[in-house]
Amino acid sequence: MLEKSELPQGTLDLLILTIAALGPVHGYAIATRLQQVSRDVVQVAQGSLYPALHRLENRGLLTAEWDRTDTGREAKFYSLTRKGRSVLESETASWQRLTRAIGLILKLSEGDAI
Amino acid sequence: MNWWRRLIHRRRLDHELEKELRFHLDQHSSDLITRGHAPGEARRLAALALGGPAQVDESCRDARGTRWLDDFAVDLRHALRTFRRHPGFSAVVLATLALGIGATTVMFAVVNGVLLSPLPYPDPGRLVTLSEQTDWSTQYGNRWSFSYPNYLDNRGNSALTLAAWRTASGTLSEPGDAEYVDGREVSANLMPALGAQLRLGRIFSDAEDAPGGAPVAIISDELWQRHFGRDPAALGQRVVFDGRPRTVVGIVTPGFLLAGRADIFLPLGQNPDPRLRNRGAHGLQVWARLRPGVTLAAAQSELTVIGSRLAAQYPDSNRGRTFVVEPLRPNVGGVRSTLWLLFGAVNLVLLIACANVASLLLARAISRDRELAMRAALGAGRGRLMRQCLTESAMLGVAGGTLGVVLAAVGLRPFVAFWPGVLPRVNQVQLDPQVLVFALAASLVSGTLFGLAPALRSSTRNLEARLRLGPRTLGGSARRLHGGFVVAEIALAVVLLVAAGMLGRTLMRLATVDTGVDTSSVLAARVALSPAAMTTPDRMRAAWRDVLARAGQVPGVQAAAVVDTVPMRSGNNQLGYATGAAIPPPDRQPLALATTVTPGYFTVMGLHLREGRFITDEDRAGSRPVVVIDEVFARQAFGESRAVGKQLWIPQAQREPFEVVGVVNHVRHWGLASDDQARVRAQFYYSFDQLPDMLVRRWSQLMSIVVRTAVPPLSIVEPLRHELRKAATDQVLYEVRTLEGLASGTVADQRFLLVVFGVFSALALVLASIGMYGVLAYLTNQRLPEFGVRMALGATGFDVVGLVLRQSVGMLVLGTALGTAAAFGAARLLQRLVEGVQAMEPSTLAAVTGVLMAAGLLATVVPALRAARVDAINTLRDG
Repeated sequence: MLEKSELPQGTLDLLILTIAALGPVHGYAIATRLQQVSRDVVQVAQGSLYPALHRLENRGLLTAEWDRTDTGREAKFYSLTRKGRSVLESETASWQRLTRAIGLILKLSEGDAI
Repeated sequence: MNWWRRLIHRRRLDHELEKELRFHLDQHSSDLITRGHAPGEARRLAALALGGPAQVDESCRDARGTRWLDDFAVDLRHALRTFRRHPGFSAVVLATLALGIGATTVMFAVVNGVLLSPLPYPDPGRLVTLSEQTDWSTQYGNRWSFSYPNYLDNRGNSALTLAAWRTASGTLSEPGDAEYVDGREVSANLMPALGAQLRLGRIFSDAEDAPGGAPVAIISDELWQRHFGRDPAALGQRVVFDGRPRTVVGIVTPGFLLAGRADIFLPLGQNPDPRLRNRGAHGLQVWARLRPGVTLAAAQSELTVIGSRLAAQYPDSNRGRTFVVEPLRPNVGGVRSTLWLLFGAVNLVLLIACANVASLLLARAISRDRELAMRAALGAGRGRLMRQCLTESAMLGVAGGTLGVVLAAVGLRPFVAFWPGVLPRVNQVQLDPQVLVFALAASLVSGTLFGLAPALRSSTRNLEARLRLGPRTLGGSARRLHGGFVVAEIALAVVLLVAAGMLGRTLMRLATVDTGVDTSSVLAARVALSPAAMTTPDRMRAAWRDVLARAGQVPGVQAAAVVDTVPMRSGNNQLGYATGAAIPPPDRQPLALATTVTPGYFTVMGLHLREGRFITDEDRAGSRPVVVIDEVFARQAFGESRAVGKQLWIPQAQREPFEVVGVVNHVRHWGLASDDQARVRAQFYYSFDQLPDMLVRRWSQLMSIVVRTAVPPLSIVEPLRHELRKAATDQVLYEVRTLEGLASGTVADQRFLLVVFGVFSALALVLASIGMYGVLAYLTNQRLPEFGVRMALGATGFDVVGLVLRQSVGMLVLGTALGTAAAFGAARLLQRLVEGVQAMEPSTLAAVTGVLMAAGLLATVVPALRAARVDAINTLRDG
């Protein structure tokens, strides 16, 4: 069994936006997809998912609509707004810069240390 | 959705949230069931994964950002419940605040209306006033009102629209009963420049504002009401003003003011008055409106250019003379300092009220310690607890403020009516939105002021100790804070008491001051001769002799005289004099108050002869000119040598010297309070019959009649009026006063201030006593266990009373000491702002301290006795 990691602070919003960027999606689907895509490495406390969704909605990064699911039940579907998309792009870019930098530093301490 | 919509729809949002979470649970458990879990087990696992429903709910609601409002509503409800549980406490707090805020609001309404509100014309910020300025000064400074030719020459200014006016009061004899009315002569463009509208009719034309213009007039709304019963047909009707018929062409809007109320407006330029053609004759007010886009500086530079051009062109009148422009401000005279003084005083009262409420709330907060500690233990944050306390005090503040505004609404009119004399711009004094905003701000600020101490306390840590010990013990810091409030209250009360004491002493002193005249049973009134009599000097002299003869016939009149300036009434005539034929230049001559009299004046006023004789009927035109001087003049001009027989040159009266024929006592012309400090006190009297012909017309417009009566003076007003009318129906009596009234009027300000300060300081004393009682009762209560221990260890009731007394005396002494220091500053301020107030006497301070100590000790008695009766065993067991 793989060891499970805590999600770094502030990354939950980024992950939610990434998933919502693929199309309208409801809260439960986001939770399951997070788990599947990260191959169960990332453990999202489902209790913190909904406050995060509502916060993003209030900030205007997500918009929500009630719609029917495949099984015919009513659910709240979230999709990315224009503002959300631009925030996602800039956040993704800065995240990648950061991880690359951290990767470099880690490599340095592993191999090139004198 | 923005936050207020989220707020409005929060029920729907709550519902949707619940639905969303239910969907999540259902979906998760059905997934788990497909993976082989039993349905019951699946539900449990799903719920577990999501977390506690209450927590999820709460954090989702927090995400909405409307949380604080919900909290606020809860706090408000909680505060209301608390106050309802302690009705007595709440009533005391509310009454204290309502009084404090109500009084402050009334004073602010007056300050706002009189001092702060703009002029009652549209766009008042663009209005300016112009004056002439010389590069040399007289005793009155170097600013002059305009002369008419200078006004005309400045009208070309491209930055300003100039308008001019001057006062022109007189007798309106038709239609209806003759009356003396206030009038203004105005240039044709004055009303357009001010932006004033007419109610009916039209303004003056330029042709009417020039020599030979048609005789027209604009009248006030009030005059229209009095003389025409608001009949629109008044336009085109005839009025007779100062003997001259004029056609009414307009009626101004009600409440139109031009430096106070006026009833009739006349075109200035058509007046044949030679002074209007004389560049050296001043007396004109020039106001202007800045043209759009023009700055004051631009207007000023143009004025300077015109000024230097006129100075070169007319060196006789205009050398060294230029023109200056300033923003036009309401003229409120000497009221400004009085108003700020009262506003300061009322704010002290409000501060005392706040200190009082703060100490009461603090006492309660301490007894609520356990409750607050419990809340903290249950997870309430430090900020949350502070917010709760501040919500409570803000609510008290606003509730007290609302009551205060109601009190202010009730009390404003009576207070304004109580004002001595005429409060300038009184019609601007009202509870307008600005005043209401002030009241709200005052409520919130005081709410925060008195709420801060308990709120800060609420957030102290050390939960465990407070939960365990409860409200029974009181640290030194809380005791000091409490004492601090009481000390502040006492100090503030001392300041107010000292002010009231000083004013009281001043009035007592002034009541014994001799005015120099016998004020009992003397009537003084101005007389406007019939315009028909204002022709030649002889005709006018004859008319005045007739006035005196008629007054003598009125039953009850013992003596009568005519005079130009009446003691203690506003108005005086200051002339320079010289004791030798080598007359110094005007600005070096000593000044004296000149009074033109008829011989009866001596008897009417009850003057005392010190030397020589008074003016008699023998001092006629053509006979040797004589003056009678007062003691001050005699000492100032002649020192110890005998004054009678000396010669006196008074260049502005006539070229020949006067002979001094008598010396009389000094009269307090400037009033009871002000005469001692007045710059010009020397007085002399000269005969009306010897007045040069050229001055008779001007003097006839100013003269008053004074009569000594054997009956109450006011009872002869109507007979006198009736008798004077017999000579001419348009010969009228106005500004009727008794000399007693005039004398007492000179200290009306001091009396008014005394009453107000008296009320304020009484209020302060009561509040401070209540505060002191409350705090001592509370502190004593807190110390009961300690007293119990002491008594168990052998202390007597006497010792315990001593302990309580020591505490209260300590606060009293400290408060009085601080208050005395502050009172010295306040006393100096009072001395500067109020005439006749002398430096603080030690006896005043001693009396004030005595009163405060007595009140303070009285407030200590009950708590002290309670402490002495403490039952050692019981308190120890309870503690």
